[in-house]
Amino acid sequence: MRLNQLSLRAAGVIDHIEALSTHDAIAQRLGELGFVPGEPVKVIAFGPLGGDPMAVEIGFTRFALRRSEAHRIVLRDNTAATAPSCAAQPHEQADPAASSPSASTADSSSHQAPVAGPLA
Amino acid sequence: MTDLPPLRVALVGNPNCGKTAIFNQLTGSRQKVANYAGVTVERKAGRLVTPAGRRVQVLDLPGTYSLAATSPDEAVTRDVCRGVYKGEPAPDLLVSVVAATNLRLHLRFMLELRQLGRPMIVVLNMIDAIRKQGLTIDIPRLQAELGVPVVSAVGIKRGGCQNILAALDAPAPTPPTPLPEGTDLHAEVRRLLALCVARTTERTQLFEDKLDRWVLHPVWGMLILFVLLFIMFQAVFSWAQPFMDMLDNGMKSLGDHVGALLPDGVLRSLVVDGIIAGAGTVIVFLPQILILFLWILALEESGYLPRAAFMLDKLMASAGLSGRSFIPLLSSFACAVPGIMSTRTIQNPRDRMVTIMIAPLMTCSARLPVYALLIGAFIPARHIAGLFNLQGLVLFGLYAAGILSALVVARVLKRRATTDEHPLLLELPNYRLPGLQSLSIELWQRARIFLSRVGTIIVTLSVLMWALSSFPAPPAGATGPAIDYSLAGRIGHLMLPFFQFIGFNWQICVALIPGLAAREVAVSALATVYSVGASEADAASQLAPLLSAQWSLATAFSLLAWYVYAPQCFSTLAVIRRETGSWRLVWISTAYLFGMAYAASFLAYHITRLISG
Repeated sequence: MRLNQLSLRAAGVIDHIEALSTHDAIAQRLGELGFVPGEPVKVIAFGPLGGDPMAVEIGFTRFALRRSEAHRIVLRDNTAATAPSCAAQPHEQADPAASSPSASTADSSSHQAPVAGPLA
Repeated sequence: MTDLPPLRVALVGNPNCGKTAIFNQLTGSRQKVANYAGVTVERKAGRLVTPAGRRVQVLDLPGTYSLAATSPDEAVTRDVCRGVYKGEPAPDLLVSVVAATNLRLHLRFMLELRQLGRPMIVVLNMIDAIRKQGLTIDIPRLQAELGVPVVSAVGIKRGGCQNILAALDAPAPTPPTPLPEGTDLHAEVRRLLALCVARTTERTQLFEDKLDRWVLHPVWGMLILFVLLFIMFQAVFSWAQPFMDMLDNGMKSLGDHVGALLPDGVLRSLVVDGIIAGAGTVIVFLPQILILFLWILALEESGYLPRAAFMLDKLMASAGLSGRSFIPLLSSFACAVPGIMSTRTIQNPRDRMVTIMIAPLMTCSARLPVYALLIGAFIPARHIAGLFNLQGLVLFGLYAAGILSALVVARVLKRRATTDEHPLLLELPNYRLPGLQSLSIELWQRARIFLSRVGTIIVTLSVLMWALSSFPAPPAGATGPAIDYSLAGRIGHLMLPFFQFIGFNWQICVALIPGLAAREVAVSALATVYSVGASEADAASQLAPLLSAQWSLATAFSLLAWYVYAPQCFSTLAVIRRETGSWRLVWISTAYLFGMAYAASFLAYHITRLISG
C-alpha cells in the first residue's frame, strides 16, 4: 500500500520512502519534511481536478503532494498497522499517552496519533 | 555597552515558522531590503537596540526545511549559517525560530542547525497557540536537553518578543556540542517531544481541520477561491474610489496654487503641466495599488495562498507548471518585478523559466491606471442584475484574458520539454490572523517602492514627455494645436502608419513610448499630450471625458487589448535579464509580447468595428 492509494480521510503509517534513483531529490526532501518510517499520515483532501494533488496531514503539518510524489511513500501493511500503538484505527481512538508509552514509536504517537484521531 | 560593535544575529527557520513577523516586530521600520552579493536572493536586514542599549544587526535568512539546499535561496541560508558566504560575515548568533505548533517538523531543522556547533538560541514562536492544541512544553527541560537558551515568543503580538530581547542582552551563549555524526535527527526529535511535551487536555478539533474541509473541498474550495479573487477585483475598483477622489482633488488644487504663484510661461507650463499633472495622474492610483497589495499580503499571511496553489495545481499542471508557480504569478498581479523575483522558490529550472516568461501576462497594478482610465471613460457604471458593477466585470474580463493567454503560452513553451518531474511538495501552514503591524510594514514598503518610482522614473518621463510635446513651439500664425508641431507629434505621426491598422491615433502612439519605461506613465503621457493639445492644464479626471469624446469605442478596446499584453516595461526586462542571466530570454519575451499585443489589438479593433457598425 502506498500513500497515493489511500482514500479520503484514511490513515496509515509510513514504512519507508522509495527513492526512484540514487539522486532522488524529491525522496530526500520528503524525508526532511518528516515523512519518515513510523509516522502516521492521513489524507485530508484531494485536488478538485482528477483528485491530484492530495493534501496529507503528518503530525501537525499539512502538505500538498502530487500523486507521483505520494507514490514514493510506502505504508506499512495492515498486519503491522494493527499493532496497538499505531494509528491504523483512528476512529474513536483514545489518547495513547494514557495507555502504554513503551517503545519509542509509541512515544512519538502519543504526540501524533491524536491528530489522526477524532476527525475521521 | 553602546561602543561595542553591533551584535550580528541571523534569524533562521522553516518556512511558516513566523520568522518574518518576529523580524518585523524586532526591527520595526528600521529595515533594509537588498540582494545578496552575486545572487538575486532578497537580503532583509534590520537594526535594533536592546533594552540594555546593545546595538544588534538582524538578518532575516530565507526560510528552509533543511541545510541540504535545493534552491538558490536555501543555499544562501546554508552558507550564511556555516559562515562561508562570500561578502557576508559569519553571524555572531544564530536565532533558530521554531513554531511551537509544529515542533515535530521544525525541531529537526533546529537540530540540523545545532549540529553546526555555532552559538545559537532557540525561539519557540506562537507559544500562545499550543494551548489551543491542548499541549504544554517544558521549556527549562528542552533548554537543558539542547544545551542552548530556549525562549518563547508570540511574533504577531505587540511586545511578544521581550524574551528574545532579554536573551540578546544576556552574555553570549556557549556553542552547543554537536551530536555524534550520523545521529538520526528524527529519532532525536521524538525523544525530545516525549521528554518535553505533555498533553494537558483532550485534543479539540483543530480550526484547520474544520476550515480545510471547506477550503480544500473540490467544489466549495473552488467557489471560495473564485469569490475571494472576484471580491478582490471589485474592491480594487469600488473601495478605492473615495481615496482616489481625495488625491485627485488634492493634486489639482496643488497645481492651481503653484500655477497662481508662477508667472505665465515655460516654467509654469513645466511645473504645472509636466511635473504636477504627470505625477498626479499616477499618484491617484496609489489607493487601488495598495488595496491590491493588501489583499495579496493578507492572503499570504493568513496561510490561504498555498491552499490556493493546492486547488490550482492541476490547472497549472495542464500548462506544464506546478502550483508553486501560482504564488509568483499572483504576485505579478501587483508587479511583475517581485513576481519574477519570487520564482526562485521554483526548483525546476524549466518551470521557473516558463513562469518568468508568462509573469508579464498577469495584469500588473501599473496597468490598472490605463484600464481604470479607459474603463471609466468608455464603460457605463451600470449594475447588472442589481449586483455586479459592469466596469468591474470588464476589468475582471481583462484579467481573465491575460491569465488564459498565459496558460496558452506556457503550454506552447512546455511542448518540447522532456517529461521530467515537477515537484509540488507544498506545506499548507496553519491559518493565522495576519498581524496588523507586520501587514502595515510590508504594505508601507510596497507603497514606498511605488512612490519612489513615481518620484523618479515617472516624473522624469513626464517632464521628458512635456518637453517633447512642447518643443519646438508652433510657428507664429499656426492654426492647428501646438503639439502637432512638436517633436512628439512628429514621432507619433511616424509611428502612425504601423499602428493605424489597430485603431491607434498619433496621440496614443506618442504615449506608448514612455509607457515602455513604466506602463502607468502612458496615462500621464496621454494627459500631457492632450492637455497640451487642448492648451488646458488638467489631470486624469478631465482626461476621461476628453477621450470618450475623441476616441471610438473600437480604439478604446484596441488599447485595452494592447495593455493585456503590454510590451513590457524596462524594469521587467531588466529583472528578467538579472534573474536568468540571458539576453536571449529578454528578446524572446519582448518579441512574443509585442506580437501578441498587436494581434489582440487588431482583433479587438476590427471585431468592435464590425459589431458597433
